[in-house]
Amino acid sequence: MHSESSADLLIDARGLHTYYGASHILHGVDFSIRRGEAVGLMGRNGMGKSTLLKTMLGLVRARSGSVHVKGEDATRAAPHRIARAGIAYVPEGRGIFPNLSVRENLVMAARAGVDGRREWTYERVLQTFPRLGERIGHGGGQLSGGEQQMLTIGRALMTNPDLLILDEATEGLAPLIAREIMRIVSLVKESGIATVIVDKNFGAVNAITDRNVILVKGEVVHEGAAEDLRGRPEVHLRHLGV
Amino acid sequence: MDFHFFLIQLMNGVQYGLLLFLLSAGLTLVFGIMGIINIAHGSFYMIGAYLAWSLTGKLGSFWLALPAGIVLTVALGMLLEWLVIKRLYHRDLLYQVLATYGLILVCEELRSVLWGDDVRGFNIPEALNQSIQLSETLSYPVYRLWISGVCLAVAVLLYWVIQHTRLGMKIRAGASNREMVQSLGIDIQIVYRIVFAAGVTLAALAGMIAAPVSSVFPGMGNHVLIICFVVVVIGGLGSVKGALVASVMIGLVDTFGKVLEFSVGGVRLLPELSSMTVYVLMAVILLWRPEGLFGKKL
Repeated sequence: MHSESSADLLIDARGLHTYYGASHILHGVDFSIRRGEAVGLMGRNGMGKSTLLKTMLGLVRARSGSVHVKGEDATRAAPHRIARAGIAYVPEGRGIFPNLSVRENLVMAARAGVDGRREWTYERVLQTFPRLGERIGHGGGQLSGGEQQMLTIGRALMTNPDLLILDEATEGLAPLIAREIMRIVSLVKESGIATVIVDKNFGAVNAITDRNVILVKGEVVHEGAAEDLRGRPEVHLRHLGV
Repeated sequence: MDFHFFLIQLMNGVQYGLLLFLLSAGLTLVFGIMGIINIAHGSFYMIGAYLAWSLTGKLGSFWLALPAGIVLTVALGMLLEWLVIKRLYHRDLLYQVLATYGLILVCEELRSVLWGDDVRGFNIPEALNQSIQLSETLSYPVYRLWISGVCLAVAVLLYWVIQHTRLGMKIRAGASNREMVQSLGIDIQIVYRIVFAAGVTLAALAGMIAAPVSSVFPGMGNHVLIICFVVVVIGGLGSVKGALVASVMIGLVDTFGKVLEFSVGGVRLLPELSSMTVYVLMAVILLWRPEGLFGKKL
């Protein structure tokens, strides 16, 4: 019960404190995302971006604070329940199944969306990522980094999500491939799916997001519309080192 | 060696090997997918055999006892996963071995309470109680051919489910990245429950179909446990294909080790040392490939 619009919020996290063993990673983080919105989550390495995502996804438990998914308390929910509520995750390091073929990686994830939508089918994913079609019978482990990233995004779309969370979307990819990934992410956004993007390439992220959040040492130090950040190089320098 | 005699030994070896596959496939599957070492696996073989014996008595027919026994062991597998095994996923090997050793004791005690401590035997079902005449003096029992057929059918079914169904894809994905499977909205707990129940049922089915030819006795589960682990180690931990190849190899080596004669410098090695042949095979294969035939590189 935060506000009347709480059901519009796909994820509403409040006051998250998360620990890894004895180290205190998140220090009371608030984070929310609305339907159809694109949010950039920024900050240098080790500032708690991945931990925040994992806490919201139920993969790491918060010691205190709450996570609401579409208005319902999901603070202690199992990861598969949160995924079934329409939240798809593309983890850092991709998380493809190397022992499954490209086709199997996609087919195993296929599911209708929360409201029964089946906009993203196997065929549509292959249309969006023609490269995957060429390598359909290959093992997931045989793909290049860029192809693996396309596969994880395609696999996430097969679940017909309302929200796509991308951790380190273009890390370690050649600039051309990275641009292609960003183009696809903005395509996904235009199709009405909300996105949270973590990426080092500040300019590329800022170009497609509506709003940005900057984390420093497990705290939100800046939150605002993407335009705000564009004209403020001192914020970039201080918090992002760019 | 006479050709027909050789043929019979060959069929015996293959039949023993295929039964061994049915028996050990669940052990390697549960380890490969869930990372659980289940030393109570042999007990499910014993439970299968006793179920076949007791249900055949109660229902009046082996052909009714078989499906009833399968249903019961699927339920048993699901119950045990929920009750015991799911507590072991995040624990190390020692806990797994201790907990499943506890299961052996529980199974033996339950067997003693339910069915007593006597050795039981029952007849091969009428329809299959025949032999095929190979030569004037040699024949081969139809029931043993049927055992081989059932094991082969199960092997094909297992291959199909794992390689060609969505459940199989989820199972294989779960073996490589459990967290990611959950984040795709799949309840890994249910997948594991199905895999464990399948493992229990495969072992129990082996016990059921073997019961009419081998007698049914207390401790028969522990008897087969060691050879199951030999199969899994030779085939490669977690590899079902490896278990199939290893089982048939062991079946042949064990069978021919008992009937061939072989001596070195006047000392008869076979069949005198036939009980060692399987272990010699394992030692040789591990020297050559420490990870087993189809295991992941160590």
